[in-house]
Amino acid sequence: MSSYLQLSGINKTYGNFTALENVDLEVEKGEFVTFLGPSGSGKTTTLMLIAGFATPTRGTIDIEGASLAGLDPQDRNIGIVFQNYALFPHKTAAENVYFPLQMRDVKRLEGMRRADEMLDLVGLAGFSHRYPKELSGGQQQRVALARALVFEPDLLLLDEPLGALDKNLREQMQIEIKRIQKKLGVTTIFVTHDQTEAMSMSDRICVFSNGKIEQLGKPLDIYHRPKTKFVADFIGESNLIPARITDAANCKAQSNVLGDVTYGTQSGTELRDGQEVSLVIRPEHLKLSSKRLADRMSAGIEIETIVNYGDNALVIGTSESQQIRVRVPGADVVILNEGDKCFISWTQDDVFVVTD
Amino acid sequence: MMRRMTRLVDHQTIWPWLLLLPLAVYLLVFFAVPLIEVLKMSVTEPKPGLGNYQKVFTGALYGKVFLNTFGTATLVTVCCLIVGYPLAYLMSNTTPRRAMMILLLITMSFWTSFLVRTYAWMVLLGNNGPIIWLIEMIGIADPPGLLFTRFSSTLAMVHILAPYMIMNIYSVMKKIDPVLIRSAESMGARGGSLFRHIYLPLTAPGIANGAVLVFVICLGFYVTPVLLGSPREQMVAGLIGNQIEQFLAFGLGSAMAVVLLVITLIVLGIYHSRFGLDKLWG
Repeated sequence: MSSYLQLSGINKTYGNFTALENVDLEVEKGEFVTFLGPSGSGKTTTLMLIAGFATPTRGTIDIEGASLAGLDPQDRNIGIVFQNYALFPHKTAAENVYFPLQMRDVKRLEGMRRADEMLDLVGLAGFSHRYPKELSGGQQQRVALARALVFEPDLLLLDEPLGALDKNLREQMQIEIKRIQKKLGVTTIFVTHDQTEAMSMSDRICVFSNGKIEQLGKPLDIYHRPKTKFVADFIGESNLIPARITDAANCKAQSNVLGDVTYGTQSGTELRDGQEVSLVIRPEHLKLSSKRLADRMSAGIEIETIVNYGDNALVIGTSESQQIRVRVPGADVVILNEGDKCFISWTQDDVFVVTD
Repeated sequence: MMRRMTRLVDHQTIWPWLLLLPLAVYLLVFFAVPLIEVLKMSVTEPKPGLGNYQKVFTGALYGKVFLNTFGTATLVTVCCLIVGYPLAYLMSNTTPRRAMMILLLITMSFWTSFLVRTYAWMVLLGNNGPIIWLIEMIGIADPPGLLFTRFSSTLAMVHILAPYMIMNIYSVMKKIDPVLIRSAESMGARGGSLFRHIYLPLTAPGIANGAVLVFVICLGFYVTPVLLGSPREQMVAGLIGNQIEQFLAFGLGSAMAVVLLVITLIVLGIYHSRFGLDKLWG
């Protein structure tokens, strides 16, 4: 199978430091893939390798079967939106967008017309003659996006483009970027350390940790079926509870906190009896009740802290000195008090096993 | 109204002005008063009227000297730019250690009295100096005199003024975000087009600053052109010195000084309207 963008066996070392180790990735044409991970996890390094600003120590990068090795960034036909937009301060919005066309010898009249069209598409009609410093952060972002798309690149790379925007604008831009990406059908790699951004925008998420791809999959798969402790902890909120596998064949584990637990079927790594693992239960999957519920597995808990968010509340309690977090709907929280003793309950499908 | 009054005598408001007082007095005594005196002399010596200005604007010699001054200042500015721009580029793109070394060399030369540097050039370029000796060594008999020519005065002035140009351009180059260059590269810009469309416009403010400083300082340069330059290609400052020292023509000298001052202010005014004078010193 040959996919559109293919990274095979990528390694990148700086002296003794290994920035990337055996990264393999295939991206389909038109796909929106997010590189998600904490800073220093290798996601930006991978992006820079694709863009051609650094060379892999080992491994190959191909677009449509053609190797990018030896091609300068100038010759890769890849559009990039940088974190701080990197707009040219001495050029107007339209001139900024025209620039990549100018470098491709498109005549000014034709180029400026296409620049205006692209500005129109990103919702900036009428702002052509403004200089970057006369534009708001969100508007600058749109210009940068238009500039990265106007020359019909083979690939669009977005390097934490929403980092500098405030929350409302971020959400608005997430929707905008997704809309434009879909409309143009451009294959896109999006780098972020923000998991909600990754969840809401991506076709697939590629989770990076310590220079390796930790997990690659659809957003909901990653959320509901993380394979490692790192992914479970990094994507969404998790209760990570130490446990030991007692009967791998029948999905049984034993934990000090939860007692005997039957976990949901586990894809991925093979588990063996006696193995030390972590059980993951999302806070929103736990139910609080005053009595044990007959149809659910349950454990006792003492409520320590209640944090209200309006539409929901985070209840933090302890069970056998293990901290447990529970999300409850905002309406339910009024009957709870700090210091209450009650029960948490869950079903088999709410529990899954991750290894280190 | 009362509140305003009390705030005016508030010591927090008055204190900064008090701190400025010594400087204000100094400037008044040693700058404003002499300047007014010069203005006065230009219309009163030797007799009241605008006769001196008439001479400055109609005398063929004076016009030629002013033109020559402009020509020299332009030439020196262009030479400073040609020398300074690549050096500033090197400094802002090399290792911090090397940049430091170059900076040190430039500032060392900058800190040396320009009178000393002017005399040093006299020794180097003189008829018995090492450069003439070198030219004779490679077989050119009877080389042309280097000293007391436009070449020698321009060379020395470029040497003295280039640091202003270098520092101004360097400080702007240092502030250019490398991501801008990367970004341009990702869009296909390289080499000449990258320089022409991105790098040069981004460094233009530094060039403008440096050029105005060099040009303005050069307009009023006295010692170096007088000591090293050709007597036939005098500059205004030297001519003013001549009028006052040799001919005791205080009125005519003052009138020329006023004209030079006005021209300088016009140059700064044009700069101010485009960039703002507050940016001149970085």
